[in-house]
Amino acid sequence: MVVTDRDVSADEAPRLSKKDFASDQDTRWCPGCGDYSILSQMQRMLPNLGRKREDIVFVSGIGCSSRFPYYMNTYGFHTIHGRAPTLATGLKLARPELLIFVVTGDGDGLSIGGNHLLHALRRNLDINILLFNNRIYGLTKGQYSPTSEVGKVTKSSPMGSIENPLNPIAVALTAEATFVARTFDTDPVHLSATLEAAAHHKGASFVEIYQNCNIFNDGTFRDFTDKPVRGERLLYLEPGKPMLFGDDHQRGLALSGATPRIVQADDQDVIIHNPAEDAPTVGNMLARFQYPDMPVPMGIFRQVHKPSYGDMLGQQITDATEQRGPGDLAALIAGDNTWHVD
Amino acid sequence: MVESPTLGSSAKKSVVQRERATIRFAGDSGDGMQLAGNRFTDATAVFGNDFSTLPDFPAEIRAPAGSLAGVSSFQISFSARTIHTPGDAPDALVAMNPAALKVHAKELIRGGLLIVNKDAFTSANLKKAGYTSNPLDDGSLADYRLIEVPITQLASAAAAESGVSKQDAERTKNLFALGVVYWLFDRDLGPSIAWIEEKFAKLPAVVEANKAALKAGHAYGETAELADAHVSVPPASLLPGTYRTITGNEATAIGLVAAKELSGLQLFYGSYPITPASDILHSLASYRNFGVKTFQAEDEIAAVGAAIGAAFGGSIGVTGTSGPGVALKSESIGLAVMTELPLIVLNVQRGGPSTGLPTKTEQGDLLQALYGRNGESPVCVIAPRSPGDCFYMVIEAVRLAFHAMTPVIFLSDGYLANTAEPWPLPDISQLPKIDVTFHQDPQTFEPYRRNPDTLARQYAIPGTPALQHRIGGLEKADGSGNVSYDPDNHQHMIDTRADKIARIANVIPALEIEGPDTGDVLVLSWGSTYGAAITAVEQARADGAGVSLAHLRHLNPFPANLADVLSRFQTVLIPETNSGQLRLLVRAKFLVDAQGLNKVNGQPFNSSEIVDAIMALRSTQVPTHA
Repeated sequence: MVVTDRDVSADEAPRLSKKDFASDQDTRWCPGCGDYSILSQMQRMLPNLGRKREDIVFVSGIGCSSRFPYYMNTYGFHTIHGRAPTLATGLKLARPELLIFVVTGDGDGLSIGGNHLLHALRRNLDINILLFNNRIYGLTKGQYSPTSEVGKVTKSSPMGSIENPLNPIAVALTAEATFVARTFDTDPVHLSATLEAAAHHKGASFVEIYQNCNIFNDGTFRDFTDKPVRGERLLYLEPGKPMLFGDDHQRGLALSGATPRIVQADDQDVIIHNPAEDAPTVGNMLARFQYPDMPVPMGIFRQVHKPSYGDMLGQQITDATEQRGPGDLAALIAGDNTWHVD
Repeated sequence: MVESPTLGSSAKKSVVQRERATIRFAGDSGDGMQLAGNRFTDATAVFGNDFSTLPDFPAEIRAPAGSLAGVSSFQISFSARTIHTPGDAPDALVAMNPAALKVHAKELIRGGLLIVNKDAFTSANLKKAGYTSNPLDDGSLADYRLIEVPITQLASAAAAESGVSKQDAERTKNLFALGVVYWLFDRDLGPSIAWIEEKFAKLPAVVEANKAALKAGHAYGETAELADAHVSVPPASLLPGTYRTITGNEATAIGLVAAKELSGLQLFYGSYPITPASDILHSLASYRNFGVKTFQAEDEIAAVGAAIGAAFGGSIGVTGTSGPGVALKSESIGLAVMTELPLIVLNVQRGGPSTGLPTKTEQGDLLQALYGRNGESPVCVIAPRSPGDCFYMVIEAVRLAFHAMTPVIFLSDGYLANTAEPWPLPDISQLPKIDVTFHQDPQTFEPYRRNPDTLARQYAIPGTPALQHRIGGLEKADGSGNVSYDPDNHQHMIDTRADKIARIANVIPALEIEGPDTGDVLVLSWGSTYGAAITAVEQARADGAGVSLAHLRHLNPFPANLADVLSRFQTVLIPETNSGQLRLLVRAKFLVDAQGLNKVNGQPFNSSEIVDAIMALRSTQVPTHA
């Protein structure tokens, strides 16, 4: 992969543009794939961060979404199935100054790589995990995935899937991720803003991105993400604001005990969205909202601030060096007990 | 061994000089046998003998008390001259209970000294050990010089005065036994007393109890009619220098820190706890003030993935495990082969297959290291030959990984990991620097453009301006590194990756022959069998055999002169603690009808087993080379 424009010196640090983040590789997703929109919004958003291209790394696993790094003019590592969080972990610990995105999918991140996803999140490693959820295995040509609905008919489930799907947001919340959000491919403004918020978050960020696979699972999110129905069927979460939805924001969410109910927007019980809440109650409740019973939440479910794994590791090194002095190799080799032979 | 009068001879309380002695401590896994053995080792180091140790313990932390499965042992051989093994059969055995006696008595030499804790020979314990009659009474131990000591009772009585609980007082029985052995083998109590005082500094009563038991054991040896003589093994004439005691795992951890300093790079160690490799993680985790970054991963795959990620970032990326862990890591190692990143994989081998024998040693993973991945996936494989050699060979692993931009698998094993020996401290200033250059120049950069000599690809790390590039597990076009499905390119890359590993032979030392450089028999060993092999070859040569040793520390590629070395001998004998893995490689690669000496019982070779094989080959020898 040859670098596209070699004459831009990093020291001059001109404001980069979207095209500066496009690599010289032809994108090879199917025409109409939701991944194009995500790629485009990522390339559009990154200049806002003011980071140098060489300080950004995209790490991916295997699957359609995991081709993402090839199309970014940053450093990139297309790894093996499910393991992207592990490589990102080592890279981040070795090089804390880098901005690292992990690009994964529902199969890569929740099936073969589910274990790594949980542990990267609970450690609060300062990386950004983007899970493209299309509820299907695309690259292997259409088998049900761990987020496919019960009853889903695919090549490997001709009589319908008999597996309960995982809920990615609930998984991330349970793993105590410090930033948990959802967005979708056909709302570029919301997508871009969500990616940017994730990138700014210090600690592990998890973003579920509903992404349409127009070949093997076309329209899986259409019932609530298509433009004409969005207003009524999505709940855009905005920190500090009442949880309202509907074309004219005419309805809101309230709680009866622990049970959510839909009320009129002017009801005094309408909940104010507070993603900084450490208690998981409301976040978990929102994570379970499904169309058609409830509006589908989009936005930041949770954002709390806790020390990152890398910062704590760095602090231990600093503390150990202060307390014991910088390591002395000769003393380490000699150990506690030596004797001399003349 | 220069044999002096046996312990059973008539000289009362005199000193018998011997050139070498081998003692085994055996008891229940809760009896503190490893502790007693380690204390004896320290005392022996201070005394100035050469020595080698063999700890052997069950996988269960606490197997049922008194059971055969729960027996833990520690053997030490110490000598007035240089030795390479922890000895074959012990001259003296301490058996703390019937189960320990049952498991170990059969290996004691005839006429050997057998010290038993009489108090533990209760009918319940005898039953647990499967004895139908008490061996102390039934004459079955007549071949040995049996010394029955009421160790529990005497230790408890000695320790009780310090005011510790009855249970804690009983627990000092290992130190009482150690005191007896110190008297029998003429060791100074000083180092052990100093250790007790430091170890239990916060518990004065425990210090007093342990010291009292140790001294009481020593005094008991001196005053009771224990043995007619005590044995003295004079200090060895080791080469001048400063020494320490070291195990293979300790040397491996320290070697990695040395490699960090020699390269000027960061050191990252990703690992998941596994016997017998965990001690490397423990050691490295305590070196935070060296800037060492350790990561206890969620599983073996994450451990290697993190190490590869760190290597991509320009650190020394290391993962450590045992065979089952390597199996889990194999896809990731393949990724490092494809992306041509330096990666060090430590495999402290143990008994397999599957979970196998976690605490026992085996050389069963050689073929796994060479071939245990999908596709044509060549890596460099090396193996240390002794505990101290782990230090040098892990530095070699790092050097070769960066030299050729390749994974290097380092094959230690459970025996090397835990066995201890005196180790002359290396002079750090004499160790060669590890030269690593990160590519900087955009005009000449391509991710897979290669050094024409080594075939190593250019190494550009994130953060380097204008060198943004992408790597991954899909086949790459040579040079550009673009994803390529081109048939000719794939063939070219398969050949190139193989050639790159083969060329490592240009930068590793030639294989040395220890002994005459031609002859009847060549013993070809690798890894931890070195000690037993060199001891056996020297013994067999002293007995008149025309035998030499060549010991491999580089398994892939082999040293360039291996074919020549093999051709100089009529017969090649390959001792391995596996079913013949090196032999398979040597036969396949060199068309040599090498003979195997194979043992897969979880134990290292006794040198006598190799001597016997050499002698048998000599008597039935058929020429293999026209």
